[in-house]
Amino acid sequence: MAGPLTVDVVAPDRVLWSGTAERLIAPTVEGEIGLLTGHEPVLSVLRTGTVRVRGGADGDAEFAIDGGFVSFDRDVVTVVVEPAAPAGEAGETAAH
Amino acid sequence: MAGQQRVYRQKIRATSSLKKIFRAMELIAASRIGKARLRVEHATPYTRAITRAISAVAAHSSVDHPLTTARTDTGRAAVLVISADRGMAGAYSANVIREAERLRGRLQADGKEIVQFAAGRRAVSYYAFRRRELAGQWTGASDAPDRETAREMARALFERFQVSKEDGGVDEIYIVGTRFVSMVTQQAMVLRLLPLEIVEGVQETEEGEIEPLYDFEPSAEQVLDALLPRYIESRIFGSLLHCAASELASRQRAMNTATSNAEDIIRNYTRLANQARQAEITQEISEIVSGADALAAS
Repeated sequence: MAGPLTVDVVAPDRVLWSGTAERLIAPTVEGEIGLLTGHEPVLSVLRTGTVRVRGGADGDAEFAIDGGFVSFDRDVVTVVVEPAAPAGEAGETAAH
Repeated sequence: MAGQQRVYRQKIRATSSLKKIFRAMELIAASRIGKARLRVEHATPYTRAITRAISAVAAHSSVDHPLTTARTDTGRAAVLVISADRGMAGAYSANVIREAERLRGRLQADGKEIVQFAAGRRAVSYYAFRRRELAGQWTGASDAPDRETAREMARALFERFQVSKEDGGVDEIYIVGTRFVSMVTQQAMVLRLLPLEIVEGVQETEEGEIEPLYDFEPSAEQVLDALLPRYIESRIFGSLLHCAASELASRQRAMNTATSNAEDIIRNYTRLANQARQAEITQEISEIVSGADALAAS
């Protein structure tokens, strides 16, 4: 089994979360997608919902988003999000 | 003679008040540049992620998206020049405009018509003075750009790329701006926004490794549709942030130089004023002495 996922969650003006995690759950336009290590490369568009990072080195994190996309390639996950305005703050507090 | 002394004193006073202004502007620029650099740094991961995603779509799918294929029907190119709102930043705006003129020359040599967009008052007034028509202009926030402005620019440029030739459509979109390399180096540069030409950040598959099959959800076209506006906006916003940081760095350097020039001038004038005063004293003494001599001789 390969190592943990390398996860980056970035917003237009800052990096929301960066580190390693076991699992990432994101709301795509076609339904929730759960990413574990060894997933096939995927690039998908996100809808409004919550991105959840599980089993991170410093705990779990959740981000309310307004859209964006997630890309997965060789256990590197990049989530580009448009943070939802009020919940974005909550996401920030969860990250710190 | 006394008049000369007064003139020198006046010049010294004027120069020292200028020096205060220069110093203040230097300090203002210095205090803002940290924040501007931070904004550049914070926005970079986003821009890079989007660029990488776009490149992945372009490299791993065979979609013939209208936005990734070159358009040649209109013979027009849109050029967005990003300059400063205010002067007092050395050659900052002049460098950008020179670069833009060079690009203009090159495009015109290729037989293209230029659709000019300008951001920053310096560029706007440059084109206004030469009576060149601007397709769009944005002023007022060159040293602290916000996303709203970037979104507006992206919308205006992107629209040009999508509409037909009759409605003023363009083949290509260029941005002329300044890249913030370091505090001492800022480089004027041209960036071609559309059509996409660079495939950067996509990992090369190693020898013998199977090319990964990307899964696009919902479909490659729709992913591109969703990505491209964001890509353009983030590239423009990134450029604006780079330009803001460069502008502040140029201004700080220019004002630093101006301050020390003012000091030099003050020093020179002080010397001249002293000399004038001394000459006056000497003249008065010699007048008194020669007067006394004349009286003693009579």
